[in-house]
Amino acid sequence: MNLTSRSERLTGRIFLIALVVVTLLPFLSMLSAALQPRGTVPTGLAWPSDPQWGNFADAFTAANMGALLKSSLLIVAGVVPIGVLIATMAGFGLGHLRVPGGHIAFALLLLGLTLPFEAVVTPLYYQMRDLGLLNTRWAIILPLIGLYMPFAVFWMRAHFINVPPELSEAARVDGSNTWQLFWRVHVPLARPAIASLTILLFLWTWNQFLLAIVMVDDATKRTMAGALGAFQGQWGTDLVLLCAGSLLILTPTLIVFLIFQRQFIKALLQGSVKG
Amino acid sequence: MTSALGSAPAGSGITPRSGGGNPDQPVRPHRKRWGRTARWIGWLWVLPALIMYGFFVLRPLAMTVQYSLYRWNGIGPARWVGFENYLTVFTDRDLLKIITNAFVLIIFFSFIPVLLGLLVASLVRRITTGPGGTLVRTVLFLPQVIPLVAAGIAWSWMLSSSGLVNQAMRAVGLDALTRSWLGEFTTALPAVGVIGTWVMLGLCTILLVTGMSKIDPSLYEAARMDGAGPIREFFAVTLPSLRQEIGVCLTVTIIAALASFDIVYISTSGGPGIQTTVPGLEIYRLAFSQRQVGLASALGVVLMLLVVLCVLPIQRLTRGEKA
Repeated sequence: MNLTSRSERLTGRIFLIALVVVTLLPFLSMLSAALQPRGTVPTGLAWPSDPQWGNFADAFTAANMGALLKSSLLIVAGVVPIGVLIATMAGFGLGHLRVPGGHIAFALLLLGLTLPFEAVVTPLYYQMRDLGLLNTRWAIILPLIGLYMPFAVFWMRAHFINVPPELSEAARVDGSNTWQLFWRVHVPLARPAIASLTILLFLWTWNQFLLAIVMVDDATKRTMAGALGAFQGQWGTDLVLLCAGSLLILTPTLIVFLIFQRQFIKALLQGSVKG
Repeated sequence: MTSALGSAPAGSGITPRSGGGNPDQPVRPHRKRWGRTARWIGWLWVLPALIMYGFFVLRPLAMTVQYSLYRWNGIGPARWVGFENYLTVFTDRDLLKIITNAFVLIIFFSFIPVLLGLLVASLVRRITTGPGGTLVRTVLFLPQVIPLVAAGIAWSWMLSSSGLVNQAMRAVGLDALTRSWLGEFTTALPAVGVIGTWVMLGLCTILLVTGMSKIDPSLYEAARMDGAGPIREFFAVTLPSLRQEIGVCLTVTIIAALASFDIVYISTSGGPGIQTTVPGLEIYRLAFSQRQVGLASALGVVLMLLVVLCVLPIQRLTRGEKA
């Protein structure tokens, strides 16, 4: 009995390792291409005899990385804090205060949970044009906040609905009002849920592509993903520079991911389970 | 982290409620004391989120439905055409092909990752908790963290004529089969699908293995005692226990397949011909290059409904009583 399970586990290990290798190959292949001399035609995976690390410096200038980082950070700064705050408030209202008729608001939000962005991007474009916001970062920030609300409120409500009502009763006896109650009691308790939501919204905003290319022509006013799309359009024929630039644009995400990997993985797992 | 709930005062011995349901008896008097107006004031908490949602999702959604009933080039006057645009979506050969493409992608985005994930999960059962396990988890999550655009760029290079895939095939003597995978009519759509498989595989595997580690080992012992082989065991124990996780994997990946845009835009732009064009890309093209806003909107409505039609049954089947 032990024998069969041991050989089975070994097969499983081998599969798992194969999976890890396949996952890493595209990155390694890009790295090997990025290190070839400019103007050569690289092949799949070959360690260069003379690695050209300078290609990354060239790509940094060509991609205008400084401006791109700043732009993405501005967009994230516009979306994430407001998105998390109003979603937490709404989750509190729907899950804990149980406002009368709240289930209608909740059902309305559920409607948007599976909505593909493509289904609303056309009217959003005209809406932004009428507001005079096209080609500004607001045209990415404002719609994203709205589009994230179904998931974000759903997420925070799921937390608040499990908070025992007696908690508020006790605080009310102390004479604090709902506002104080929210900030002093409920927000600290909701910290894990809020942290996961913050990570997810950050990631989705940073990687948002469709809205970025529809709303903003200037790559230096887009998100990282949108800028990468423009970079490919511009340098698509120069494979060496394209790979160097792509890896460079990936680096900030990878660094943030490696620092917060535990929280990221937890948030992504929970996020997909609840979404 | 989970102590958040535990640290809350337990109250007067009332069993903590999970999920909705009616308030427990002793709470009622307090609720009433807050008063009706106080409870209506609670709407102020929900309002900011609802306003953003209403203005940037519900309004555009209503506009999409409205546009879909007109012929409009985005600039001039719009002309009412009723359901003509929908008729076009369902009869035009190109558009039907485009919708079919999205369903073909489901095989690669959903079915293959879930099946492979199940295979690995049933063999591994749990990823070791040591540093090795953390490393495996971290690597398998990389494709979820990077932008899909980057995945598209990396794989366009991998699948190009001088890329790693062809290099590997030449190394094992399959020179005759090498080709520009994304450029040829027969291989382009499966090649795009492979990119999706790469993106989704890690997530599905980890979700399923995590679900697997929660299954009571005594269930397997009982199955072995009854003389069940690995295959019977899989169908009798593993599959039913992982119902919810499989549902989650299918939901996430099917939405990603039907609403795909980034990967296709970057790797093939829908070509060759319309071989890899998907509804998301066609909406973008119709609305912003061909100026057929009405038709683009009708396709958008259809896409939205297709997603709901595919996802709802899965939720019903796999969540059921647990939701």
